[in-house]
Amino acid sequence: MISSIWFGALEQGLLYGVMVLGVYITFRVLDFPDLTVDGSFTLGGAVAARLIMEGYDPWLGTVLALIVGVGAGLVTGLLHTRLRIAPLLAGILMMIALYSINLRIMGGKAMLSLLRLDIIFTDVAALVPRNYAVLALGLLVAAGAAYLLYIFLLTEVGMALRATGDNEQMIRSMGVNTDSSKVLGLALGNGLVALAGAMVAQYQSYSDVGMGIGMIVVGLASVIMGEVVIGNKTLLRTLMAVLIGSIIYREVIALVMWLGLPTTDLKLFTAILVVLAMASPIIKEKFRPVKLTER
Amino acid sequence: MLKLKGIKKTFNPGSVNERQALAGIDLELKSGDVVTLIGGNGAGKSTLLNAVAGVYGVDAGSILIDQEEVNGLPEYKRASYIGRVFQDPMMGTAASMTIEENLAIAMKRGMRRKLRRGVLKQDRDLFCDRLHLLGLGLEDRLTTRVGLLSGGQRQALTLLMATLKTPKLLLLDEHTAALDPSTAEKVLELTDLIISKYKLTTLMVTHNMEDALCIGNRTIMMHEGRIILDLGEKQRNNTSIPDLLDMFKKASGFTMADDKMLLAN
Repeated sequence: MISSIWFGALEQGLLYGVMVLGVYITFRVLDFPDLTVDGSFTLGGAVAARLIMEGYDPWLGTVLALIVGVGAGLVTGLLHTRLRIAPLLAGILMMIALYSINLRIMGGKAMLSLLRLDIIFTDVAALVPRNYAVLALGLLVAAGAAYLLYIFLLTEVGMALRATGDNEQMIRSMGVNTDSSKVLGLALGNGLVALAGAMVAQYQSYSDVGMGIGMIVVGLASVIMGEVVIGNKTLLRTLMAVLIGSIIYREVIALVMWLGLPTTDLKLFTAILVVLAMASPIIKEKFRPVKLTER
Repeated sequence: MLKLKGIKKTFNPGSVNERQALAGIDLELKSGDVVTLIGGNGAGKSTLLNAVAGVYGVDAGSILIDQEEVNGLPEYKRASYIGRVFQDPMMGTAASMTIEENLAIAMKRGMRRKLRRGVLKQDRDLFCDRLHLLGLGLEDRLTTRVGLLSGGQRQALTLLMATLKTPKLLLLDEHTAALDPSTAEKVLELTDLIISKYKLTTLMVTHNMEDALCIGNRTIMMHEGRIILDLGEKQRNNTSIPDLLDMFKKASGFTMADDKMLLAN
């Protein structure tokens, strides 16, 4: 049996990995720094938690969370494409709006407890050894989402989406409405993020109005770490890197907590991690040893 | 084929930066016409191409492609008629995607994109055939990311992409200007080859007088948003580069001040 801290981090890595896939779509594929993610993660948790509390089937709650997340992404997309609001601002506006909406969904409470209620993991625990229920479902959903995403990104529509993030001018000259591509990408990305939010809320047995804060940075940190370790030579490899990056991130977090870093410092730690990763090309350049053979 | 009537375009109207880029353009291209377009900096050549392509709307006039009014259609909807190659070799391809993916995107130019596999086996054969035409060995590198190619290779690929699904109109905007001389020559050769092979109606902006006179069957010259010279095939054959400069001076009252245009040949 693997020590429980690392095992827990692995479970979390998979559940949050679904969120990281969403961030990968918006931030990397579409090149759209979408801050909606912070709100839509909580949105997913809130929708699932409220429905489960009201006695609905946890699977229905989880699927509805995904659909509502798609809706949130859709609105951000329309704010940007129809009203020409800059990407960053469109995301921030949605994030703020969702804060109030999430509180409303959670009935005005900052936290909804799911203790002793039927959640998706209880159903799975009936099928596999109890301790592996989260791992099994997390693996299934994360790998399934990554695979579907891979298939999608290779379709005509998916390729148009990738090209929209890569070279808007070119893909427009090829007859693609880039506005539609962006809305589609944002909807898809936020759908995955909300799905992850729904699963994480059930995993931790509560939804919390602040659970989405910093998700975009966590997502980015995971994507970068994965790409550094696994690489991004091919599309399939990149998608695997995204999931593995999410696991690595959680393991690193588990490690620093094990070393004694208080939980409250985690966001600072994550931010520093992203800064270092993003600055690494410049840092490398600065400290590159001067080759004596170069004259 | 292409018919422009009274096209006007003013940038930043009502501001201190107001500039009339197109001051009433009338132009008709017959099917199969290959027209080179020359003129000094700021003459309105690129603006004209962008207006036809729909990058921005025009203030007045009509744009007919095959008797169909396209004025008012957004850029992406005109894509079904028009193939384009830009001046910047980076502009025409998606760097993070492979050669075959770029070509597959181009094969669906102006068509509805569906949820089915983007690159099909049977497409690859066609891609190889077409890439072979370029003579750059790209047919053996279908799964190479385009970002790894040189500027010249990317421009040749863009040219192929613009013509993969035969366009009604091909727009070339100084597409060899950013390349080194020998690469530029190669890309121009390929352009000539592809245009004649598929009998494409073409409008090509160039700053190279020699290219302007030897490519295609007609040369027009622009100055301050107007067409000031229109040479048909016969007139062109009896025109040398110095003649052209003279004509420019007579028609516009200006000496061709742009050194680039003189030195380009």
